[in-house]
Amino acid sequence: MSGIWQKTYQWIDERVQLGNLVEFMGKKYVPLHRGSIWYYFGGVSLFLFIIQVVTGILLLLYYKGGEELAFESIQFVMSRVAFGWLIRSIHSWAANLFILAAFIHMFSVFFEKAYRPPREITWVTGMMMFFLALGFGFSGYLLPWNELAFFATKVGTDIAGVIPLIGKPIMVFLRGGEEVTGATLTRFFGFHVAVLPGIFTVFLAVHLLLVQRQGMSVPLGHEEVHGPSEKAMPFFPNFLLRDLLLWLLVLNLLAILAVFFPWELGKKADAFAPAPAGIRPEWYFLFMFQTLKYFPGKIWFLDGELLGIGLFGVVALLWVMVPFWDRKSALGKRNRLLNYIGIAGVFYIIVFTILGWLL
Amino acid sequence: MAMSDQPAQIPTTSKRDFLKYILGGGLIAWGTSILYPVLSYLKPPPEGGVEVTSVKVGALSSLAKDSGTIVRFGNKPVIVIRTAAGSLHAFSATCTHLDCTVQYRKDFGVIWCACHNGKYDLTGRNISGPPPRPLDEFRVVVQGDDVYISKKS
Repeated sequence: MSGIWQKTYQWIDERVQLGNLVEFMGKKYVPLHRGSIWYYFGGVSLFLFIIQVVTGILLLLYYKGGEELAFESIQFVMSRVAFGWLIRSIHSWAANLFILAAFIHMFSVFFEKAYRPPREITWVTGMMMFFLALGFGFSGYLLPWNELAFFATKVGTDIAGVIPLIGKPIMVFLRGGEEVTGATLTRFFGFHVAVLPGIFTVFLAVHLLLVQRQGMSVPLGHEEVHGPSEKAMPFFPNFLLRDLLLWLLVLNLLAILAVFFPWELGKKADAFAPAPAGIRPEWYFLFMFQTLKYFPGKIWFLDGELLGIGLFGVVALLWVMVPFWDRKSALGKRNRLLNYIGIAGVFYIIVFTILGWLL
Repeated sequence: MAMSDQPAQIPTTSKRDFLKYILGGGLIAWGTSILYPVLSYLKPPPEGGVEVTSVKVGALSSLAKDSGTIVRFGNKPVIVIRTAAGSLHAFSATCTHLDCTVQYRKDFGVIWCACHNGKYDLTGRNISGPPPRPLDEFRVVVQGDDVYISKKS
């Protein structure tokens, strides 16, 4: 047994010099401090992403695009295909947990100021993946072609149309026409299974490469760890095993949610039915949705919607660019103001999400 | 040293500039010849179809008082409302806010959009919530027992 492994290893090593990689892995240490628990959420996000790729490919085997086929094909998956209900339910639940894990990962990086030099690119690629994840959620939501998704897509793409000058062409591009129709479904399907995964993979590769190359960030005031130390744990195997244990727990949670709270399919979309009462977007869009509700149609001479979207756009841009303007953290000083802003942001998201849920 | 180099460099620079413009221009032309078809391809062609000018809603007797019905007008939804008093109104059922489809709310006697709680009165005027303007009104014609709607010019 070990003879075969040794020979295989040698065969590959002779060709691609595995030795360097093994040596590198052996030297990787994970710093230990009061915030070490937050290191796990990047890995959890990655795990959930992998689940999405696998279950997504499984769903692809049965999914059919088109106004007259999409809803029926998901119905078929859920009622006729063995364990189809489970695969679909896992895909829907994992999508939500993925975004939740990414939220936690993002805010923990923010509060630990792990984005400060030299890790600006890691932050920016992470943010790009976060926006892509929202894109995955938005495009995937439409694919079953149900009532809720139909109106969510109408609203979501119409919001893009509010932007002056470029908004209308963007809306038509997204919808594949003036209205949300089967053409939109075809496009969203393409985005969801080809365009977004392709772009996401590139960012993911850069992100992971940088994490390996630069090592783990430590909170302000701690020394970076580059070798064996009392305040560090070897990545292999100590940290990796803990990672895997958590992945197992997440998989269990996912299984419980998928089995006991199966994701519903709802009613088939009908372009000539009114929007159903109580319609609301997925929870991760809810705080923005709720905010837009409070904006009147016109504020002074400005379009209320445009103002709301503009504000969110500016905040998102500032958020992505934080490593470049947070000079204080870059210099190794505590930036309390930014912490308060971050806490206010989290508080705002939570309160508006709850309001959106209740109202 | 620099002085003696100067005269020899002038023709070289202009030759180099010439090549730079030729190559740069060629590169831009090449890029455009690729981008133009791709960008044009992304834009969906305009939908063909007959322009609908008038649609039959149905029999007047089928429209209950104090109710609203959504009918197809080409590929757009139109809401036909028969008030409690019996008068008929028709409006574009597409909310002027963000494109959702509105419905008649008997309990409030208003036209309501579920997406963002926008409200319109029975003349189509936006009275509450985020809608920025009134619903487009359609003309309602009753011929015998048949109800027709058509676009207001």
